[in-house]
Amino acid sequence: MASKGQSTVTKPKRRKNVNNAGYFFILPFMIVFVIFSVYPVLRTLYLSFMNYKGFGEPTPIGFANYARVFQDKFFWRALWNTVKIWGVNIVVQLGLAFLLTMVFSDMKYKIKGLGVFRALYYLPNLIAATSVAFLFKTLLDWQYGSFNQILMSSGIIEKGAQIKWLLDPNIAPYVVAIISAWMWFGNSFIVLMAGVQGINTDYFEAASIDGAGRWKTFAKITIPLLKPILIYVSITSLIGGLQMFDIPYLINGKYAAGNPGGSLQTVVMYLYKFGFATGSTKQVGYASAIAYSLFLIILVISIMQFKFASRKDD
Amino acid sequence: MATKIKKALIYLALIVLAVACLLPFLLMLVNATRSGNEIMTSVTFIPGKSLASNWKVVSEFFNIFQGFFNSLLISIPATLLTAYFSAMTAYGLAMYRFKGRNFVFAVILVFMMIPAQLGLIGFYDLVSFLKLVNSYIPLIIPAIAAPGIVFFLKQYLESTLSPALLEAARIDGAKELSIFHRIVLPIMSPGIATMSIGAFIGNWNSYLTPMIILTKKEKFTLPVLIATLNSSTDIVANQGAIYLAVAISVVPIIIVFCFCSKYIISSISAGGVKE
Repeated sequence: MASKGQSTVTKPKRRKNVNNAGYFFILPFMIVFVIFSVYPVLRTLYLSFMNYKGFGEPTPIGFANYARVFQDKFFWRALWNTVKIWGVNIVVQLGLAFLLTMVFSDMKYKIKGLGVFRALYYLPNLIAATSVAFLFKTLLDWQYGSFNQILMSSGIIEKGAQIKWLLDPNIAPYVVAIISAWMWFGNSFIVLMAGVQGINTDYFEAASIDGAGRWKTFAKITIPLLKPILIYVSITSLIGGLQMFDIPYLINGKYAAGNPGGSLQTVVMYLYKFGFATGSTKQVGYASAIAYSLFLIILVISIMQFKFASRKDD
Repeated sequence: MATKIKKALIYLALIVLAVACLLPFLLMLVNATRSGNEIMTSVTFIPGKSLASNWKVVSEFFNIFQGFFNSLLISIPATLLTAYFSAMTAYGLAMYRFKGRNFVFAVILVFMMIPAQLGLIGFYDLVSFLKLVNSYIPLIIPAIAAPGIVFFLKQYLESTLSPALLEAARIDGAKELSIFHRIVLPIMSPGIATMSIGAFIGNWNSYLTPMIILTKKEKFTLPVLIATLNSSTDIVANQGAIYLAVAISVVPIIIVFCFCSKYIISSISAGGVKE
């Protein structure tokens, strides 16, 4: 009896020791995570309530930075630019990805070459955004760029009527949106296609036996079953897209000003202007408030997206 | 018959889209070998003769291979740290039932969804406080904590590793750390490889953070270096040189992609299906 009692005491004790080894395994991660991820996020929050120019002591000013963000028409313009560029981009990007997913999952046509096409469509996503920005900046140059030259030599536009792709504030944001879509549609296509390939083929067979057409099958079977992945793609694209920086920052050579006419100035470029510019424009506290304002906006839109997407279930 | 025509049209559309993806790169390669004057006046797919003179302009403006080397110097250790420590953390979270485990996991989930720009200012503030501006440490060490990859590897581990295997090793007297190194790491390696590819590409292409941390030109990574093309009037006047500089930054990635596109694509598919 005594020996049995002893063993029930030692056994859980030994298990507990084993489980405590878990702390050891997550320790390096936790240390770095707290220092380089959690602390900077909290520090930015702290600074957003401060008057701080990047040197000296921060002085608390309550919600003044946030009040200023709210009234800053350039912030709202930057937000509108960002949403506009992202919105056009996501429609093109997901539209293409959807069409491709439909084509390659079609039971009737049995389109071949998925591997090759998928790789080609993905290629632009692999290239650094800085290189993409310079590539298109040069290709789309209104005077010397190859793009206008192709249009002229094929007679689509007259000589002398070259399109100012990157200099016209009514065109440039859409050009940037299309470049982003060009970079990302292959990525979305791969993710959606992986989702379709994970769907049990019985569903498609049952639908085809019931005589459901291609569009109907896609609308009633593929899309509902892809919903978790669609939510994933749209929310990650939103989080990434509203932080857009590299291409609009570099493509016009005017940096944080977001020329032409400020039409390419995104929120993160605006934040960069205050947070990292040198000289008198540096207002770290205000830049922090911009960062948190953008975060709150992303959060609200994500929740709305999520709610909207899950509501259709009922 | 109608089906055949439709099918042909679908293939045509797919090919047009593929051309749209390749054309900019093709023009880039051709124009890299042509002079500024030629580029200004005509478009062609026949290479020109100005590769050497374009290279002269590029090499006088910056040392692009230094940028390459710097990018490797950051991307390789950062990727290795991400791979090893993400695996370790995922293993700790997946296979041990310790107090606070669910809390840690919840924090990881939250940080997966937090946009990177939110910590940018605090991060720079910390780096300058630690006097690490122009050092590679703030670009490498944070790679130890990669919440998204930990999340993926945890899921991966839970579906591939049986706890009975660990029990067996414990009964044989193996230490916890050597169980991780000898048993768990080999089992996880396909998942780790998949995630490492994505991590490497992310590091290699990263622009905003290195641009903020690095101010000395000889320290610049490739994307930061490429971005300085804007600042030279010499080089802006010579479009051929810009194409060449961009081509040098792009071609190695395309070559790597030709050999491991399968793995790269599976790493993206994995990201989406985690759900």
